[in-house]
Amino acid sequence: MIELKNIDKVYEDGFQALKNINIAFEDGKINVLIGPSGCGKTTTMKLINRLVDYTDGQILFDGENIKQMNPIELRRKIGFVIQNIGLFPHMTIYNNVATVPKLLRWDRQKIRARVKELLHMVNLDPKTYMNRYPSELSGGQKQRIGVIRALAAEPSTILMDEPFSALDPISREQLQDELIRLQREINKTIIFVTHDMDEALKIADQIILMKDGHIVQKGTPQEILENPANDFVKEFIGEKRLGRRELPALAELIRTPFISTLDDSSTEHAIEQMLKHQVATIPVMEKNGKYVGTVNLYDALSNKDKQLTDLLDPSVIPINEIDKTEDVLRHMKQGKDTIPVLSSDQNMIGLLDQTKLFHVLHEMTGGECGVK
Amino acid sequence: MHVLTDYFQFWSEKYASILDYMTEHMIISFTVIIITVFVTVPLGIYMTKLKNEKIKGLMFHIANIFQTIPTIALLAIMIPILGIGFTPAVVALFLYSLLPLLRNTYAGMQSVDPEIIEAAKGMGFGTFERLFKIELPMALPYVMSGIRVTSVYIISWTTLAALIGAGGLGDLVLAGIGYNDKFMIFTGTILAIMIAIFLDFILGKMEKKLSKV
Repeated sequence: MIELKNIDKVYEDGFQALKNINIAFEDGKINVLIGPSGCGKTTTMKLINRLVDYTDGQILFDGENIKQMNPIELRRKIGFVIQNIGLFPHMTIYNNVATVPKLLRWDRQKIRARVKELLHMVNLDPKTYMNRYPSELSGGQKQRIGVIRALAAEPSTILMDEPFSALDPISREQLQDELIRLQREINKTIIFVTHDMDEALKIADQIILMKDGHIVQKGTPQEILENPANDFVKEFIGEKRLGRRELPALAELIRTPFISTLDDSSTEHAIEQMLKHQVATIPVMEKNGKYVGTVNLYDALSNKDKQLTDLLDPSVIPINEIDKTEDVLRHMKQGKDTIPVLSSDQNMIGLLDQTKLFHVLHEMTGGECGVK
Repeated sequence: MHVLTDYFQFWSEKYASILDYMTEHMIISFTVIIITVFVTVPLGIYMTKLKNEKIKGLMFHIANIFQTIPTIALLAIMIPILGIGFTPAVVALFLYSLLPLLRNTYAGMQSVDPEIIEAAKGMGFGTFERLFKIELPMALPYVMSGIRVTSVYIISWTTLAALIGAGGLGDLVLAGIGYNDKFMIFTGTILAIMIAIFLDFILGKMEKKLSKV
């Protein structure tokens, strides 16, 4: 657990880079620092491994004040992935990955085994890649090496400064997925800086949104999307993403006109209607528009001699037009293809348009999210 | 054909003293090269760490001034200070070769991507570990090419050291001028060239070996 308490940073020229920063980075979570450029997100991250010093406040690393720790030892305990990968061009992939274990003077055999294990973890064959130089690798491969280099000495915490920003969209997606998978396997505390909201929403457990050196809002992606603190947050998230996260009002999901039958018509007639319109169920109404119930084709066919009102299917539960879409979704497990929508005075208004609802849900759950 | 047999004759008579001149030449040159490398490379590295721009500028200016003094003049200035012979020659040549290597070392260290340095820092390299494992190896191509160029210069300038009595192949050339002996002039020149080429070749090999960590 890393805690930043009341951190201020003022440069010599009087510019206040950070104002009263309070964050708790919980163990085993992906924490994303996000904001427009110059907001202090990278500065905040670099406070943790003391690449940047603060003017006022306190940073606790597992309860210990980092000012009391040797900066070099502290840094060796924290993995570090920088923006443009930062692989050492004069070293082989093996030596790059082995950097921190070598600094820590691990046993040679142990280093070798560790490097191989890490290369396997990101699906790069050790035999092929160990002795190559960074210039012989593609961008995505380099960044994978950058990430496993940070993992090499098994740090509990990893700092990542816009690690995927220089990659093409496909590699970026892949690496984000890999990061999420890796995180599940290795369970590190990750502090990740980005300016890409899609990336943040995709990977974060906690998002810390910053602007002009202070924290505007922090919370889970869900919380931030549901309750953006102010207009800046809304704007930064983007109306498009916000819009998609909100379910449309039920009124927008009602399908009219609809096929129905009157309660005094014959069962034969109802069957005809259903066959003609190729539906498996049909709502039954009184003349004045009041909803009576719903009859399904199967029951009607096997009981042609009975009155329609005797064949009503009790499992079809109508919903009310003033219901919330969220609640409706919860009731939809009944799996009926017809859900009548009634007004408050029990008049039938229409049917729930399930095709439209599924379409909305599809968009929300990522059908289009994540692609710019 | 006459010329060749005459030249062969010249060598068989004088080879002992030619070799002496050559050895002298190499001793002066190599001494200067070694001193220059050991003084200038650390100085260049130190200067990249120096925050004070004024001092940095001043150091470059001084090195620059030595460079602008004509070689012969610099050697001549040494006579009232250090007399004649080996020492003043070495000092003069050292001052003369200060700038090219200093500039290359400095440029090499500056060429290391600051992001790489930050990555190294962030990963927990100490100052000296970073210098020897990251910065110097990455600056090495610049430093080595500086050493190679400077070495070739020094070998050629050493020829002039004969003017202040330091000996070397310059003596052979000067004597050749005095006696109007083409063979002496030619031999002195060609041997100086050969030493330079040979050294450049060796240093090139070294560079290749060192750049693979």
